[in-house]
Amino acid sequence: MKEEQSSETVVLSEDILQRWEARGVSRRDFIKFCTGVTATLALPISFIPKVAEAIEDNRVPVIWMEFQGCTGDSEALLRANQPTVAEIILDRLSIEYHETIMAAAGHLAEESKHQAMETYRGKYIAVVEGSIPAGDGGVYCTVAGESALNIVRKVCGNAAATIAVGNCATFGGIPAAAPNPTGAISVQKAVPGATVLNLPGCPLNTDNLTATIVHFLTFGKLPATDRLGRPLFAYGKRIHDNCERRSHFDAGQYAEAFGDEGHRKGFCLYKLGCKGPETFHNCPTIRYNEGTSWPVMAGHGCIGCAEPGFWDTMSPFYRRLPQVPGFGVEVTADQLGVGLAVGTAVAFGAHGVVSAFRKGHAFKSDKLVQKDKEE
Amino acid sequence: MIRILYVWQLPVRLTHWINAICVVVLSVTGIYIGHPFISAGATADFLMGWTRFIHYSFAYLFTFSVLARVIWFVIGNEWASWRMFFPWKSRKGRKNALDFFRYYTFTGSRIPYEVGHNALASMAYAAIFTLFIVQIVSGFALYGQYAPGGFWDSILGPVVTLVGNQTLRLTHHLVMWLLAGFVINHIYSAWLMDMKEMNGTMSSIFGGYKYIDQEEL
Repeated sequence: MKEEQSSETVVLSEDILQRWEARGVSRRDFIKFCTGVTATLALPISFIPKVAEAIEDNRVPVIWMEFQGCTGDSEALLRANQPTVAEIILDRLSIEYHETIMAAAGHLAEESKHQAMETYRGKYIAVVEGSIPAGDGGVYCTVAGESALNIVRKVCGNAAATIAVGNCATFGGIPAAAPNPTGAISVQKAVPGATVLNLPGCPLNTDNLTATIVHFLTFGKLPATDRLGRPLFAYGKRIHDNCERRSHFDAGQYAEAFGDEGHRKGFCLYKLGCKGPETFHNCPTIRYNEGTSWPVMAGHGCIGCAEPGFWDTMSPFYRRLPQVPGFGVEVTADQLGVGLAVGTAVAFGAHGVVSAFRKGHAFKSDKLVQKDKEE
Repeated sequence: MIRILYVWQLPVRLTHWINAICVVVLSVTGIYIGHPFISAGATADFLMGWTRFIHYSFAYLFTFSVLARVIWFVIGNEWASWRMFFPWKSRKGRKNALDFFRYYTFTGSRIPYEVGHNALASMAYAAIFTLFIVQIVSGFALYGQYAPGGFWDSILGPVVTLVGNQTLRLTHHLVMWLLAGFVINHIYSAWLMDMKEMNGTMSSIFGGYKYIDQEEL
């Protein structure tokens, strides 16, 4: 491998490329992966060989746990229809325990989890999918007779780091939506002392998980995060600010209804309740399912699934603003406001009419004015 | 004996009119941003872009105007002072507020005579300045989201996290309507008092002078 790495010449080691070819990954695919992941992490391209080396030499054991979730994040992980580097890294190489995809079941599965925890104590990464029900002592979700709360505390407590995937694990998601019957909480709340990285989304974007793990392999630590514990490389910009429909927003061209002319022309979905201006995620740049598409590209507004409490706070999904507390669903803030303004005008108008005919001043100066008038 | 008193100093009048213009411009552009009621014909247009530019420019103007007025609360004359916001702390203030309330509700006929703001108006202005601050904070907190880690995000970002993005937007909308209600009330009351007090209330906000009979105080 060459020592100097300029922006023009980035050379990957022949050995590494050949080893990946032996695993059934073409050099083209491998280079594409390394480049893609380096770009996703917002690193300069001189880092591509470092990334290639890191994923070659290191191997990080992963224990994947699922609690109150719909397996959507696992589905996102398995979405590839042919073995890609990402799949090999996440699935075949590192994952010690994953209920949905592992061959073992029952006691054997439990055994492998405990073994992984013992062997890699303090070194493994715990991935959590789904929220943790904390209500009534955690009875609403148990695996092998233990409550989710106990499991997550034990497994995440001994991990090098915890990655919460999907909105349920990061912020409570749909299980924690009002009225939250199971007392669902996020991983961060369930294990306050643990190092937790949040990768929200419904589902999470696997490219971000892969990039996070590659970052961990390359630098030995988790990437820098925002206020909500989300990595900045993936959640550092608003969807709205990178949106492919943004020029229509700035121009003032909006789809007014699904299927109307504006919608067919690809205008901005702002008036259809798109929550892109409220949501931080890299959907517009990396898209979903191997870069195929993402909601706004497909013609549906963003629902803000990477934000805390999105099911409660971002709804109604087809309106710009939430409903005003205490008023019916059909009353919007602006209807209420117009009512208030008109009501005020009418009230003061009436007051004015009455006041105009009103007598009974007490000022001396007023009497002087009266006198003047009489004279 | 009626005297001509210089009541509203220049900074008071200036910030009053800058605020008034800003409230109108910010409300109109804000309604458009929240609900774009005019659609552009061509993609090359920049309707929303300019509207947002105007909204943010006037937001800065408004913020500096409110800040200037806040400074004048401290260094201005007795009728510009922050002390007017707490009429309920003195016996006279409480009595005046009650008399004014009774006058407005047609249960009393006496208007308490005051040089500056009357007690009830002062309390209303205390609420209005609170709403101004709410608008400035919520507005710049939402605005700051375009640049995470930037100036506004650094100082007001935690507000978004604490209150919630959508709740903040709803608040920004509802407070705008409360201010619209206030503007109606404010213009009406100014007209009513101009008529009933006959001391030049309306013209005083342009020139600063009021006709005051000391014996009435």
